[in-house]
Order: sequence, then structure tokens, then C-alpha cells
Amino acid sequence: MFGRRLLLLTLGLCLCIALYLVWGARGNWGFVLPFRANKLAAMLLVALSVSSATVLFQTITRNSILTPSVMGFDALYLLTLTALIFVLGGQSFMQLPAIGQFLVNTVLMMGAALALFGTLLRRGGSDLFRMILTGIIFAGLFRSVTSFLQRIIDPNEFMVVQANSFARFARVELPLLALAGALTLAALGAAWHMRHRLDVLALGEQTAISLGESPRRGLFQVLILVSVLVSVSTALVGPMAFLGLLVVSVARQITPTVSHAVLLPSAGLVSAITLVGGQLVLERALQSSTPLVVVVDVLGGLVFLTLLLRRTPR
Amino acid sequence: MITITDLSYDRDETPVLRGVDLTLNAGGVKALIGPNGAGKSTLLSLIARLIPMQSGRIMVDDLEIGACANDVLARRLAILPQASEAAPLLTVRELVGFGRYPYHKGRPTAADREKVEDALATFELQALAERRLDSLSGGQRQRAQVAMIFAQDTDYILLDEPLNNLDIAASRGLMRTLQDLAQHHARTIVIVLHDINYAAAYANEIVAMKDGGIVAQGAPQDVVTEAMLREVYGTAAAVHRIDGRVLVGV
Ligand SMILES: Nc1ncnc2c1ncn2[C@@H]1O[C@H](COP(=O)(O)OP(=O)(O)O)[C@@H](O)[C@H]1O
Ligand SMILES: [Mg+2]
Repeated sequence: MFGRRLLLLTLGLCLCIALYLVWGARGNWGFVLPFRANKLAAMLLVALSVSSATVLFQTITRNSILTPSVMGFDALYLLTLTALIFVLGGQSFMQLPAIGQFLVNTVLMMGAALALFGTLLRRGGSDLFRMILTGIIFAGLFRSVTSFLQRIIDPNEFMVVQANSFARFARVELPLLALAGALTLAALGAAWHMRHRLDVLALGEQTAISLGESPRRGLFQVLILVSVLVSVSTALVGPMAFLGLLVVSVARQITPTVSHAVLLPSAGLVSAITLVGGQLVLERALQSSTPLVVVVDVLGGLVFLTLLLRRTPR
Repeated sequence: MITITDLSYDRDETPVLRGVDLTLNAGGVKALIGPNGAGKSTLLSLIARLIPMQSGRIMVDDLEIGACANDVLARRLAILPQASEAAPLLTVRELVGFGRYPYHKGRPTAADREKVEDALATFELQALAERRLDSLSGGQRQRAQVAMIFAQDTDYILLDEPLNNLDIAASRGLMRTLQDLAQHHARTIVIVLHDINYAAAYANEIVAMKDGGIVAQGAPQDVVTEAMLREVYGTAAAVHRIDGRVLVGV
């Protein structure tokens, strides 16, 4: 089912990738190709992490509106980053090697994400409105603390925070890319391995138990995977806000199914096309330096509002 | 055989089940009756390990609830909970297909597909097979859910008020199917019913519950009496006996 659509999406992605690599290279292959390949790899990693994390998160929360970002994860990232710079000082933070920054960030984020999502799901995980509300309140709280900290750190350090608080695809050092890639691929592999169990968990707690699954164990495993995926990708490039919501909603339209064996690849492909294709259009066609994330946020925000207003969430 | 020993269950420090001892022999249709809040759903949920045990012991044949593996029990016992949340995007065939999950764990074989088609046919769902659940009426959705339980192909089938959304034809059809499963396929059916006439007409055994305890257990003609209705439901309904069958006047 939907094999043809997945194939078309794959072809579309291949086209985007090919164009991204060769368009406008002007014969400078030796320099341009490795540079672009590096950026491309980072984009693909982020695309797959964000889309898969969103699908997983929506499965365990049993709705198609919430995403880790909407539930306060991005605000939590900014808070962690600001707090880190507040404690270490901007200079010593910047002086950490990139891989050190990445590791500190990732580990902190993973712990914080587990705590956040665990709290959100443990209390009234079946009550969607209560969960959205709690998520929004948490996000508000994180933002207040963040802006408080930003007010009391000195302006130079504030610049460091600013520079890191937008998702930007720049060149990533190879060892860092390899590390992030290994972590992401491991989590994606585990998610793929769970795909049939995820189908059953999506049926709800009682049905899942009655079919022999253990929802508590499943929930815990999924939370760990989501935390790894969002933490790694956020620590690598910065928060992607509405990307997950946008691409998973589009994927659900293209392949309207509940089967994770279809939904995970379909969302991953849409996500990769959005990032690579979007970057292609912005960078090469429009020659604009607007970060892609701004465009994605506007679109994703609109989708979020539409979803929230159009359908009575379950 | 389902053996329940000294089973108690509290919700928010209010006792819901008080030391229930109950033995349900294998085979036949057992109807569980009793007023709202008597603890029927709680009892069924405990047997089907939908909620964790607090005290007491439940054995389903040689399997102890709480100790045996979830997926082993899923091949022995299936439940249709009272308020089951159906995934609205599934098609009927997909939903029924999940009944086979305990066996294939995501990789259905030809035999599994055959069982699904069989279940669709038994519950006359072929015409609806490709429809999504959110496009069905409450009764049709209920039938699809029972068909999924049927496809699970277990020795024990627990159903919590499955007649709730069904019209009289669908109710009678379902009860006959269950009766047939019990008689010809050696299944044990435990079913919560509100309509005592259905219980009396289709069950081999009736268990009456009140305030978290078992009040009566036995054949319909022995259990359904005016005295029992008064004690359990606190209502003075007349009980008629016609050709050896019991009928409660309403
Ligand atoms: N989810 C719940 N939370 C708190 N109390 C509950 C819940 N479900 C049932 N109860 C209480 O437990 C008692 C038994 O309920 P239940 O087993 O559903 O009865 P029945 O199915 O016989 O109508 C009732 O008093 C009811 O109020
Ligand atoms: Mg009940």
C-alpha cells in the first residue's frame, strides 16, 4: 500500500539532493562538493530525526497535533543553553570544542526532555487539552526563566545565546557529524524495529494490553527514542519549531494510514524534501539568506492553527 | 477454567470488589449481571489484566494473571472493554486484522489473513471492510470490534456490555454467534449484560453481582427469580416462566 507514493517521494528527494549538490557549482567541484555534502548530511539527519520524533510522539499521545516542539521542548532547549552559558560563561562555552558543546548540550537536553515528556504523559496523558495546557504553561515558564537569565548575563554572552537559538545549517565538523549520525541512526533503527508494536500502541492502552503489548514499557522506550532524536538534532543545528508538525501533517495527507511502516518513511521523505528543497530554493533560486526555519515556522504555524481549529481533537 | 480467589480492589480508597471468590468452568456462555457500579467492569478488567491486581489471585487455566507474559495471555483470552477507544482512521479490515497480532507480531501469514476474512464473514462486515471506522455507525463499529476479538481466536472471550449500541437483530445475531462459539468451538464466553432477558435466553450460567460481591451463581432458571431481582436491583419486577424459559416483565 502506498508503495507508489513512497517511490515518488523518494524520486523527488533524489532530485532535490542532486540539484542541491550540483546547481551553481561552476566547476569548483573539489571545494564545493565536500562542503555541500557535509551540509546535506546534516540536513538529512535533522529531517529524519525531527519527522520520526514527531510521528513517535504523536503515536504515544494519540493525536496528530502535538509535537515535542509544541510541548515545550524548544523553550527547554533555549533555557538549557542560556543556563549553560550563564553558569560556564559565554567565553568558556565557545572555547569548548564543538564536539564538547554538542555532548554537553545533548546530554542535558536528553535528561530534561525525559523529565518534561515523562511529566506531561504521566499526569493525564489521555486528556489532550490538559496536556496541551500543561505543555504551554511549561513552555511559558521556561521562556520566562530564559529571559530572566538573558537579562542578567552580559551582552557578549547574550550574543552567544542569540547565535545558537536559531536553527542554521552551517558546515559541521566531520567527527561531530559522525557522532550525531551514529546516535540518530541507532534511534531510527530502534524506531523502525518497533514499527509493528507502535501500530498496536496507537490503538490505545486497553486494546494494546489485550493484544499482548505492554503500553508502559512501550511508552518508556518511545520517550527515550524521542528524547535522543530531538536532543541530537537540536544540539546539532538548533530548534526547528514547527518543522515536525508541518511535515508529519503533510505526510498524513499523502499517505493516509496508521501503519508506521509507511508513516515513518513517508514523513522522513517529506521532511527531507522540505529541508533540502527549501534550502535549495532559498539559497540558490532566491539567493536569500533568510534561514529556512523562518519559512518553515510560518507554514507550520499555519498548519497548527488549522488543525487546532478545524478538527475536534480526540 | 477461570478461578478467582479472594479478589479485592479499591479505587481511591473505596472498595470496589470485596473478597470475590468465583469459579467459571470452561465452556458455555456466562452472563455477568448486576446494577451499575456493582463492579462488573472492574472484575472483567482484572481478569484481562487491563488494570493491575491489588490483592487476591486470578488463574486462567494454568496462567496466573500478573505473573504470566502479556502475549501468552493474549493468545488465551481476549476482551472487549466497555468503553473501547477505536482508532478512527483504521479500516474495518485493518482493525479486525489486529486480532491476529498476538500470533504474527506484525507479519501476517496467509493463515492469518484467512482468519480475518472468516471473522469479517461471520459478522457480515465484508461490505464495510474498506470503510474507515469513523465513517461507521456506533453499532457497526461495535460489530467490527467484536469481529477483531473473534479473530483473536482465544479460548476465553470477555465482553463488557457488547449489546449497548446494537439493534435487536444485531443483538440476537451476536448472541447466537457467541452461543455457537461456545457450543461448537469449545470457547468460554463471559459477557456483561444489562438485559436480563438476553442473559436468561442465551447464557448457560448467570453470575449476579452487587456492591463488589457475588450474590448468586447458577443456571438462568435458578438465578433469575423475583427475590433475586429485588435483592440485587431493588426493583419488584415480575418473573414469568414460559415453556421452561424465564422472562422478566418490564
Ligand atoms: N475509572 C474509575 N475511576 C474511579 N472510580 C471508578 C472508575 N471506574 C469505576 N469506578 C467505580 O468503581 C465502581 C465499580 O465500577 P464498575 O466496575 O465500572 O461497575 P459496573 O461495570 O458493574 O457498572 C463504581 O462505584 C465506580 O464508581
Ligand atoms: Mg461496567
